[in-house]
Amino acid sequence: MTEAEWLKALEQRHGAELQQNFSSAFVAVCGLGGLGSNVAISLARAGVGTLLLIDFDRVDISNLHRQQYRVSQLGMYKTEAMKQTLSEISPYCNIITHTVKLTEENLSLIADCGIVCECFDNAECKAMLVNGVTEGYPEKYIVAASGMSGLHTGNSITTKKFGKRLYICGDGMSDVNDDGTLFAPRVMLCAAHQANTVLRIIAGKSEV
Amino acid sequence: MVKINGEELNVTGKTAEQFLLENGYDIKRVAVELNGDILPKVQYECTILQDGDSVEIVSFVGGG
Repeated sequence: MTEAEWLKALEQRHGAELQQNFSSAFVAVCGLGGLGSNVAISLARAGVGTLLLIDFDRVDISNLHRQQYRVSQLGMYKTEAMKQTLSEISPYCNIITHTVKLTEENLSLIADCGIVCECFDNAECKAMLVNGVTEGYPEKYIVAASGMSGLHTGNSITTKKFGKRLYICGDGMSDVNDDGTLFAPRVMLCAAHQANTVLRIIAGKSEV
Repeated sequence: MVKINGEELNVTGKTAEQFLLENGYDIKRVAVELNGDILPKVQYECTILQDGDSVEIVSFVGGG
């Protein structure tokens, strides 16, 4: 598959103008667990031009029940495993990886992207990233997630907008520390809300 | 009166930080929208809630 063939296939489905916008977009996916692995795959499939993948962790057997990794990738850094997977889905997507824990101190790693996806699992890390981006990089959009654990109804997962450039997907309530665990479909629902929001922002549809 | 998460509350004159602490919020887990803009965390302590303000508080929960 040549790059021209791949682009033509995307343009046939999305239209040339929208695809041009997708191709020139630069999106950061912060955290590559259940949310981030699904968000990254959706965005790569849509032909987003550049993805920045940030995660410090390795693929563990306990991740396989909901995260987009395979047995053959156990032990790999999630950044490397996801880059490998994306290369089979969208080989001309420009993938940049940082195998680090994103904190307030190294937040400048996301300085060049236009849209940031918060895909962490820890509540304090989520709040840190959302507040860090809205304060330090007010020109960026940030698409976060809160509340997707348990086997609650999928119909409670929504996308809400706060301020001018912050979106939060999820039910806002279900905490994995109360529910005990997460299930692939409900996490995917939330990740799909995030990826859909990113594509809508790129398409100029900034309202929810 | 201040509208907080859709509810009219008599908390005019309190700082955002006072309101959060008195109502059991964990400041490390929240994002606060005040009148359509995200309030920087460094301003929680000095932002005094005014009559007619509209506040949305998001308290993040774990899982991802």
